[in-house]
Amino acid sequence: MTKLGFYPGCSLTGSSREYNESILVISKAAGIELVEIPDWNCCGATAAHNLNHELSVSLPARNLALAELAEMEELVVPCAACYNRLVMTQHELNENESLLATVSEKLQYKLKNDIKILNVVQFLEKYILPQLDELVKKPLSEDVACYYGCLLVRPNKVMKDARFEDPMSMDLIMQKLGAKAIDWPFKTECCGAGFSVSKTEIVGELSGRIVRSAVDRGAKAIVVACPMCHSNLDMRRPAIESYLKRKVDIPVIYITQAIALAMGLTPKQAGLQRHFVPVNLSVTQN
Amino acid sequence: MTEFEPKIVAFVCNWCTYAGADLTGTSRIKYAQNVKIIRFPCTGRIDFMLLLKAFGEGADGIIVSGCHPNDCHYTSGNFHARRRWIMFRGLLDLLGIDVRRIQYSWVSAAEGAKWADVVNTTVTAIRELGPYTDYAKVANYLEKEANV
Amino acid sequence: MSKIGVFICHCGENISATVDCGKVAEVAGKLEGVAYSTDYKYMCSDPGQTIIKQMIKEKGLDGVVVAACSPRMHEPTFRKACSEAGLNPYLCEMANLREHCSWVHDKSDATTQKAIDIVRTLVEKVKHNKPLSTIKVPVTKTALVIGGGIAGIQASLDIANAGHQVVLVEKEPSIGGHMSQLSETFPTLDCSQCILTPRMVEVAQHPNITLMTYAELEKLDGFIGNFKATIRKKAKSLDEKLCTGCGLCTTKCPTKKIPSEFNEGLGYRTAIYVPFPQAVPNKPVIDKANCSYYQKGKCKVCEKVCPTGAIRFDQEDELVELEVGAVVVATGFNVMTTSEFSEYGYGKYPDVITGLQFERLASASGPTLGEIRRPSDGKIPEKIVFIACAGSRDPAKGKPYCSKICCMYTAKHAMLYQHKVHHGESYVFYMDIRAAGKNYDEFTRRAIVEDKVNYLRGRVSKVYEENGKLIVKGVDTLLNAKPVEIEADMVVLASAGVANPGSEELAQKMHISYDAYNFFSEAHPKLKPVETNTAGIYLAGACQAPKDIPETVSQASGAAAKVAILFSQNELSREPVVAVVNRSAPPLYSTCVGCFMCATACPYNAIGEEEIKDRKGNVIKKVAKVNPGLCQGCGTCVAFCRSKSIDLDGYTNEQMYSEVMALLNE
Repeated sequence: MTKLGFYPGCSLTGSSREYNESILVISKAAGIELVEIPDWNCCGATAAHNLNHELSVSLPARNLALAELAEMEELVVPCAACYNRLVMTQHELNENESLLATVSEKLQYKLKNDIKILNVVQFLEKYILPQLDELVKKPLSEDVACYYGCLLVRPNKVMKDARFEDPMSMDLIMQKLGAKAIDWPFKTECCGAGFSVSKTEIVGELSGRIVRSAVDRGAKAIVVACPMCHSNLDMRRPAIESYLKRKVDIPVIYITQAIALAMGLTPKQAGLQRHFVPVNLSVTQN
Repeated sequence: MTEFEPKIVAFVCNWCTYAGADLTGTSRIKYAQNVKIIRFPCTGRIDFMLLLKAFGEGADGIIVSGCHPNDCHYTSGNFHARRRWIMFRGLLDLLGIDVRRIQYSWVSAAEGAKWADVVNTTVTAIRELGPYTDYAKVANYLEKEANV
Repeated sequence: MSKIGVFICHCGENISATVDCGKVAEVAGKLEGVAYSTDYKYMCSDPGQTIIKQMIKEKGLDGVVVAACSPRMHEPTFRKACSEAGLNPYLCEMANLREHCSWVHDKSDATTQKAIDIVRTLVEKVKHNKPLSTIKVPVTKTALVIGGGIAGIQASLDIANAGHQVVLVEKEPSIGGHMSQLSETFPTLDCSQCILTPRMVEVAQHPNITLMTYAELEKLDGFIGNFKATIRKKAKSLDEKLCTGCGLCTTKCPTKKIPSEFNEGLGYRTAIYVPFPQAVPNKPVIDKANCSYYQKGKCKVCEKVCPTGAIRFDQEDELVELEVGAVVVATGFNVMTTSEFSEYGYGKYPDVITGLQFERLASASGPTLGEIRRPSDGKIPEKIVFIACAGSRDPAKGKPYCSKICCMYTAKHAMLYQHKVHHGESYVFYMDIRAAGKNYDEFTRRAIVEDKVNYLRGRVSKVYEENGKLIVKGVDTLLNAKPVEIEADMVVLASAGVANPGSEELAQKMHISYDAYNFFSEAHPKLKPVETNTAGIYLAGACQAPKDIPETVSQASGAAAKVAILFSQNELSREPVVAVVNRSAPPLYSTCVGCFMCATACPYNAIGEEEIKDRKGNVIKKVAKVNPGLCQGCGTCVAFCRSKSIDLDGYTNEQMYSEVMALLNE
């Protein structure tokens, strides 16, 4: 049984519980145990790095320190924002020795800073993809639009994806599941992010355009790998429909849920009932 | 107690590093005082006996610098210099000479800032190694023996 | 006993601001062997040089050290002055007190001491200097021009008209370069081909010019006045003497769908082809990689239909050796392709094109016969967006420089579009408008005022396709950063000018310098724009940096003038810094043992054998001998020699050891 470190972050224990459920269930099926970092704290997300630089680095650093103490070599971080904060912290601490010293002092622990941090796509590529041929029992058949959002390929200096304007990593995984990943221009366009709460109309417009492009190109589902993306495209569907001035029922699923369904697990096991927009795909119909 | 200021000799080639050092001057970039430059047409001309002579006369550190590989004004002088260095490094080390005191670099005519960097880094490194008296003592001893 | 004169220059304030020149002169005066020492404000000036000349004569100096700027600056100046005063110029050395001392250190006693050390070092060197005389070599009065675009054409014509032979080598089947691809040129809107083709014909017909097309430089050996170039004439599969240029073969060739390089991929050509109708020479070549015969052994239709039997399958490449005295590099440039723009579609949208592709659409002899049509469906675009600075001035794309010509040709393209499509709407997204040439600003004004081109100051973040239209997402910064979205039918990228692929290899073949973007380096950015650091090799045109046609023509004529200067002498004086194998009295003759390790080190094959014979003619020993005409003075052989039998005049072992010893001992 492969054991990997796991950092769920706040969303996965709250509004994106289905993301947590689906990643745990597919990991179990693939023989991987995801071990939560003991006593993990919030990564600070947007709030911290907007207000206080040292805090925004210390919060993720504490999680890295705890992971090191738990002797974890690899850390799976499904939430794209948490992942971004952890990776950027690791990068910054590597570049800035005095900052590393300050943070180590604060934590009362000398950070080695060499743990390998994996986002959900990297985790899937490394651990699930090699086993997919055996694990897929009910291949998907629809056209899907893979939506990467902003944090999976940015900043390019750190993420170093060669195709950052048109990434293909999720597309390739979906293809392995039998689905056809469409070519569309909104893969990395902003969904409105934090305006979800403060100015929902903006999310209506930005996410609306994303949804419109996917629907117009024949996609039957939007596949995401980030709780914020999911929330804006799914939970804020009324705002989207208000902008588009019509009803749109394309479902939004996490890539881990897509894999769960393709593995033959039930919609309930994948957590589909938690969505706002009902998920009706060929594999859910029986 | 005055801090030890190393004496460093730089053997450089006219077309690249000498020109690069000129550019450092034209750009008014300041660097450590300790390095004095001797101009050669090419690093290929640099005989390692000259380096040992420098140590014998009291140099604490040496910089040898020329054109980047493939850019030698005379095509291959710097390749010969590089090969010579690789062979000599082993031989000098075997003889007990402190090869950390010889810095090899490629600085092109456009790399004024790099030259300043090479100088400053070398001066700091040699300062840390301290004065180099071992070789000079041996060289002088041999000279005295020869003169008797 | 030496009688050396030391002359310390203040260089205005450049040296004296941080170095106490008076003190340096004083200490230098007390050195052993120094007969005279002084300091002066501007040594290189007339009065300064006069001081040196006077003291040489008055004090009978046998060596001079001028402590001033870098010898790379003024060594020739002072050596000439000494020469005029009757002192061998090679008995004069310069101590670099400016670039290597006063400019890089603060004012202090230590700085003055360093200056003193530097002066002392060169005084000791000069004591061992020997008088040397310049070596004379003949100059071959033939020029090699590499590249047959407008730069190469202009340079060739100028050199040929000056009465010298020129060999013009061009790698494409025809000369003309990018200028032949253009439709109309700014600021006059002259038809590009109309002004170019007469020059192309002149080159072909000029008695002093030998034209080699479909040929490339294979190797370059030698040195100024005496280069040996090897040119690879690629096999055209044609007997040029028999071919009349009738073109029948190109009409009958069955392989018709090869993307045309001349049309930037927007049209097709055949496997046996002439790149464009006005090609010079107007004779076809067979593209072996795409020809049915060469690839599969079938066809040969061209051979069958040729009325003069000029087709020669299985013709081999030919290597030609040329002796030339000077080389002009005029290899031109290229532009970034649309596939390099991830934000504009990675090259997958056929209606997103480069400026050069737009030229082909606008050109009357282009794939659409001069009508602006979308490559995807052939329709005429109603709305067209031009994106300036696509790739240029962008460190993220690795090109922080400005490509110079795009503001002008973008205005031109927009104007041409408006002239051809009266009801069309054109938009230009720009950062700045750089229209610095003569009549250039008036030209761009015309586009805005008369032709109603919409100029929006802002960048375009993304271009994507939706329902057959291209959605252009940009911003108008002059309207308070208002986001702008345009549904365009066509997008033209004024993509950055880049060096040609293969530039790095070519530069290394010729031993010329190139910069980080593979543009060739001029010898001095201000004062030597057409020379390279390698004597005898000159630059012309966009291979040095992107530039427009007037500048290219100027630079080409400039390079031609330099070549003419070189060819105005029958003999070139070469620096006598050459290696010499020692000779002494019999029975030794030379300490050289004839191992010839030195010969293996020499990149110029300058070291050969010499047989030393006795009176009866018996060979006593074979020793090394340096050919002073070939030796470039690198000195690698000197470091190689195990018996110290070879030395480099100007940098002898005595001189270099004395420098080392003087440097370290006060």
